[in-house]
Order: sequence, then structure tokens, then C-alpha cells
Amino acid sequence: MAAIYSLYIINKSGGLIFYKDYGSKGRMDTNDSLRVASLWHSMHAISQQLSPINGCSGIELLEADTFDLHCFQSLTGTKFFVVCETGTQHMEALLKVIYELYTDYVLKNPFYEMEMPIRCELFDINLTQAIQKDRVALLGR
Amino acid sequence: MQFFGGSEISPSPPVPTATGNNAHMMYVFNRNGVCLLYREWNRPLHTLNPQQDHKLMFGLLFSLKSLTAKMDPTKYHFVSLSLHSFQHQFSVAVYNFLLMMRSAEKGNLGIPQLPGQGCSFHSFRTNTYKLSFMETPSGIKFILVTNPRTGDLRETLKYIYNLYVEYVAKNPLYTPGTLIRCELFNTALDQYVRSIA
Repeated sequence: MAAIYSLYIINKSGGLIFYKDYGSKGRMDTNDSLRVASLWHSMHAISQQLSPINGCSGIELLEADTFDLHCFQSLTGTKFFVVCETGTQHMEALLKVIYELYTDYVLKNPFYEMEMPIRCELFDINLTQAIQKDRVALLGR
Repeated sequence: MQFFGGSEISPSPPVPTATGNNAHMMYVFNRNGVCLLYREWNRPLHTLNPQQDHKLMFGLLFSLKSLTAKMDPTKYHFVSLSLHSFQHQFSVAVYNFLLMMRSAEKGNLGIPQLPGQGCSFHSFRTNTYKLSFMETPSGIKFILVTNPRTGDLRETLKYIYNLYVEYVAKNPLYTPGTLIRCELFNTALDQYVRSIA
């Protein structure tokens, strides 16, 4: 079962609001994770400028030698991206599920301030459940 | 990590994987960021003027390579330890050793990487295009922008690199680091790209 290494959520200005690593392979220093998130935000924006065709909405999948990076951007500009093993299936569906959890447990939380780091226990609990290996396989339905 | 071996001079073209339209455009850069070649076959939208476009493309690729080298999960990552835990002399010795070990960690973002050093990406896809990238050991970067449904173009880029070697690198009138003005290369390239569509 292909593995997920880490998950990042970026707000619309490019700041990191949520970071979770799964295992030592995805682990990154706090400062480095902030830098990587802002770097990704800028790369995502630049890739739209280089499009030969109108209507580009940014990078959805980056394939490297040792990992893949899937990115989902919501209509409000919040980006969810996951670093996983090469060839992992159903990451787009997983990102949509994570977006749903975000809207349910973060945005609907009256104590959550917009664009701030996410500190919602229910979000963490449900996220862990969604990422469990057997659940990800079910997303292929 | 490099794979440019093989006894054949010019391998036969790989099986076409692309469906739909032709490739949109192609860039070739050298290691200093000079755009050696820009071919355009189908580009309805021009956002920037050519110089800015080339610079932006090179900059994007440089930063993406830096990002992927940093995010490489197979490299050991040294997590910084707080200083106050190192009270005893032995701990100080360990701390010094760990500082030495920092050289084994993934480079910090922005550190220039040699061609082939560090994990590199080979393609990225957006909803309107797919960009395939290949860097040779000499730092020549080949970029091919196609429609998003294209498959893996690594073999295609290797073939294009071989065309470059044959028609450009072996051309006695070509000065490395300058714009490629080899008619044979352009013709062969156009012909090949048409065939992969």
C-alpha cells in the first residue's frame, strides 16, 4: 500500500496553516515546512503565468524521482497538498475528502480565526481516520 | 541517477504516448539560464514578452528543483535540537558531532545543486498543460510543454537530447552557450514532435 509522507494546508496568502507528517520520511523542521509552503504557493502562481492556454489553475500534480506531490486548490484559494510515494492512487479523492473535513471541522468552528493555524481537535481526529491505509484504498470506489 | 549510457548513438524513437494536439512549445536552457532554443508550435496565449517568459520559466524550474531536493523523503533530515539540553561535556561533544552531521542533511532551500545532485522532478501537470523536464549531466535543460493527457515523456526527452547531441553538439560551427541556429536540428525536432502527437 503506497504511503503518504506529509500533508500541508496553505491559506490564500501562502502561509502554512496546517502541517502533518506521517513517519520520519515526511518529517521537516518547522521553519523548513513554512519555507516549503510559501515556495509552493509562489510556484503554483507562476505556473499559471506560463500556461500556453487560457484558464490555468495551477499545478495539480508534480512528479519527482522519489515522491509525488498532489495539490488541490479550493475556490477560495486555500491549497491542500500531499507528498506521497510515487504512483500512489486516489490522492485527488483523498484531497477532496480532506477539504470536506476542513469545511466541516475548521470553517464551521466558531472559535477558528480565518487564515490562522488550525488547532481543531475534531479535524485532527477525523483526518487521522481518513488517512488510514484501508480507508484510502476505499476511495477508489 | 544518470542514465545516459547505451551503446546506440541514436535510439529508435519511443512509441508515441500523447493523444490529441501537438506539443505546445519547447525550451532548451543551459546551466547559466541562457535560453538556447525556444520552439513554439501551438500557443494561443502569450502572457509575457519572450525575454520575461524565458526568465520566468528558468526561475520556476530552478526553484522547483530546489523544492524537490528539499522535500526528498529518502534523504536524512536533521531536526534541530534545543541548546539547553546539552549541559554536560559529553553532551557538548555529541552536539559537535551532530553539527558535523549536518552536512549529511538535505541542503537548505536555495543552495545551488549540481546537475544530477538531489532529487529532481521530471514533470508537473496543471489543468491546461503538462510540462516535462529533463536535465543532462552537463546542465542542459530540456522542457517540453504538451497537453495534460500526455503520458510519461522521459524517453521522448532522451531522444530529443540525442538529436541535440547529433545536430548541435557535434556541429563544428556551433558555439556552446549561444542560441541554437541549426536548421537540421529544427527540422528533425519538428518532425519528431509531430510524430509523437
